[in-house]
Amino acid sequence: MRDLPVIKKQRREGGVQPNLQHYDETYASFSWRDLAQELTRGHADVGADSSLNIASIALDQNLSDGRGEQVAVRWLAAEGDIIRDFTFAQLAEFSARFANVLRGLGVCASDVVCTVLGRIPELYTVCFGTLKNRSILCPLFTAFGPEPLRMRLDLSRAKVLVTSRNLYERKIAPMRSSLSHLSHVILIDVYQEQILLEGTQSYGLLMAHASPVFHIPPTRPEDPALLHFTSGTTGTPKGALHVHQSVMVHYATAKYVLDLRPGDVYWCTADPGWVTGTSYGIIAPLTVGVTLVVDEAEFDAARWYKILQDQKVNVWYTAPTAVRMLMKSGEALPQSYDLSHLRHAVSVGEPLNPEAVLWSQRVLGRPIHDTWWQTETGGIMVANFPVMDIKPGSMGRPVPGVEAAIVSVVNGVLQPITEPNVEGELALRVGWPSMFRSYLNQDERYKKCFIGGYYLTGDLARRDADGYFWFVGRADDVIKSAGHLIGPFEVESVLIEHPAVAEAAVIGKPDPLLMEVVKAFVALKSGFSPDEATRKDIIALARRRLGPAVAPREIEFVADLPKTKSGKIMRRLLKARELGLPEGDTSTLERPSAVTDLALQSGQGVATGGSR
Amino acid sequence: MCQAGEGMDKQVAKDIVLKALYEVAPDLEGVEVKYDADLRRFYDIDSVDYLSFIIKLHKQTGRDIPEADYPKLTSIDRAVAYLAEN
Repeated sequence: MRDLPVIKKQRREGGVQPNLQHYDETYASFSWRDLAQELTRGHADVGADSSLNIASIALDQNLSDGRGEQVAVRWLAAEGDIIRDFTFAQLAEFSARFANVLRGLGVCASDVVCTVLGRIPELYTVCFGTLKNRSILCPLFTAFGPEPLRMRLDLSRAKVLVTSRNLYERKIAPMRSSLSHLSHVILIDVYQEQILLEGTQSYGLLMAHASPVFHIPPTRPEDPALLHFTSGTTGTPKGALHVHQSVMVHYATAKYVLDLRPGDVYWCTADPGWVTGTSYGIIAPLTVGVTLVVDEAEFDAARWYKILQDQKVNVWYTAPTAVRMLMKSGEALPQSYDLSHLRHAVSVGEPLNPEAVLWSQRVLGRPIHDTWWQTETGGIMVANFPVMDIKPGSMGRPVPGVEAAIVSVVNGVLQPITEPNVEGELALRVGWPSMFRSYLNQDERYKKCFIGGYYLTGDLARRDADGYFWFVGRADDVIKSAGHLIGPFEVESVLIEHPAVAEAAVIGKPDPLLMEVVKAFVALKSGFSPDEATRKDIIALARRRLGPAVAPREIEFVADLPKTKSGKIMRRLLKARELGLPEGDTSTLERPSAVTDLALQSGQGVATGGSR
Repeated sequence: MCQAGEGMDKQVAKDIVLKALYEVAPDLEGVEVKYDADLRRFYDIDSVDYLSFIIKLHKQTGRDIPEADYPKLTSIDRAVAYLAEN
C-alpha cells in the first residue's frame, strides 16, 4: 500500500458546524426509532400499521414546516439561459394532479410506473405523484437501448411508461406490441391531441384535466415504493424492490453524510435513471427541505464550475468519473470561478481514487468525501463524514444505524473477519429500513444474498485498524463502468445474435476515466474475418440494441474462449490475462488453446480458422 | 492536414466529422441523423463517446481542440462549422 497523507479535519471556528459532530457517540447512541420520530415530527410511531409515505415526508411535510414558497427545484435548461423555479407548494400540487391522473387511468397501489426521462422538471411531479398514489416508481436510464428497456419493462410488468416523444419513437414504439403488460404510455412533450402518436397520451392534457387535490391513502412503512434494476453475473437483470420506510435512511444520510440543512442549495449530478439519481437526486435532499439544482445538460467542465458558482451550491454529490473528467480539464479552469459557497462535496459510484481526493483538496479547497452503497441497500451505508479525517481511497465508516462487517463464507457458514486489513466480503447486518425487500419475482436469487442474518454485498473489502473500510474488488464478474453495474450475460446475449459471432465473453477492462470499460472477446463463425468492418458491425448492433452505456467499447477477436470442463466460459481467466495477473488454478479448464493464449498475450486478435 | 487557424473546406470538414462519428457510433451509419440536432441528447452519444469523437477529430485534422471549445461541436453542423472556421 502506498503511504498517502491523511486529510485531517479540524473543528470549524464559528460558522456552520457539521450535523454530525461526534461520530463515535452518535453511532453508539443512534436508533432508527428515534430517527423516525424526528423525521415525522413526532407524529408517527413507525409500527406496522402506521402511515409513512415517501412523498408525504419528502414533499408535503415541507408545506406544514412553512417552506411552501421556498424553491424546491431550480431547473437549468440545456439550451439558452433558461432557469425555471418550482416551489414546494407547486410540486405538491403538481404531484397531487399526477396521482389523480394515475387514479383516473385505473392505476392502483403496487402497479409499476416506469420512467425513461432525462433531467426535466416533470420528473419530480411524476416521481412524487406515483408515490402518492402508492404505485411503484421504476426509473430507467435514457441511454439504454431497446433491449435493456424491453427486458426491464417486461420483468417489472410495468403498467405505465412515462417518457418523451423522441425516446418513445426511437426505442419503444417499434417493440410496443410485445410489451403485453403496458397499458398506458404518457408522453411529456406532446401537447396537442391531433399530433399524438397512436397508443400514447399527453402528459399536459392529462394534467390539465386532473384535480389538484389528492389525499394520500394510508401507506404502511412496508408498502412497496421504488423498484431499481441492477445486474448480476448471470441471467436477467434483478429488480430490487424498496419500501416506503426507506425514507428514514434517505433522511438520516441526507443529514449526516450529505450534511444538508433546510435552505441549502444542493446539486446531485447523477442521472435519474439510476438509484442515486432517485434516492439522492430527488428524495433524500427534499426530506431536509433544500433547494435542488437540476441541470438538464450533459457533462461540460466549464458549465459545471459555473453552476457551482452562479447557483451558490452548498453541497454537491457527484461521481468519480465526473471528478476525473474535471481533473482532465485542468487546474486553471476552476481558478476563475468563485466556489466559496461550496461547503461539502461528496461522491459515489466507484471508489474515488486518492489522486482525486487530493486534487479536490488542492484545487477546490475542500476534499471530496467518498461514500459506498449499492442498489440493494437503498441508501448510503458507508461514508466519509464531514467531521472525520479522510484517508484518501477509503470509503470511510458505517452510517449510524448500519452495521458493516468483513466476512468469509465457509461451507455455507458465515465467519466474521475481525483482524484488521484482512480481505473478505463486505456484509451488512439485516435491519436497516432501506434494505431491498425482494428481487421482483426472483425469490431464489434474493435468498442467496443472505446468510446468518447478514446481507452479502458481493463487494470484496477490508477494514483497517481505525475502522475505515477499503474497497478491493467485486466478488463476481459484474462490470463497474462510470458508476453503473453491467451484467456480462446481458451483453453477451446480444453479441451472439450477430450472424458472425460464435461465442462471446465480456469483462470489465480497467480504465482511468470510467474505472472499467466493457470489453468483449469474440470468437467468429467460420467464413467471417476478424477485420475492422466486422468489428464495427458488431459494435453497431450492440449499441443499437443495448445503448452506449452497456455496449462494449472494445472488441478483441479470439480463436476460442477458455471454458471449464462443464462448458462455462471463464471470464475471470480472460480478465486475469487482460490484467497480466497470475491465472490461478486452471486445472478445470477444458482445453487451453495455445493460439488463443498467444493472441491474448500479444493483444492482437487472430482469425478463427476452425469450424464450430 | 491543415494548420491551426486556417479553416478547411466545408465538404472536407463534413467528411471528417461523419467519419469520426461513425467510428465512435457505427450504429448511426445508415440512420438519418439530423445535422443540427445535439448528438448527445438525441442520438445516444454519451460523454465518453463525445470525448472519443473529439479526439478523433483532433487526430484527423492535427489541430488542438481546447477543452473550452468542446461545447461548440455538439452537432454535425456545429462540428463542421468549427473545423471550417478555426
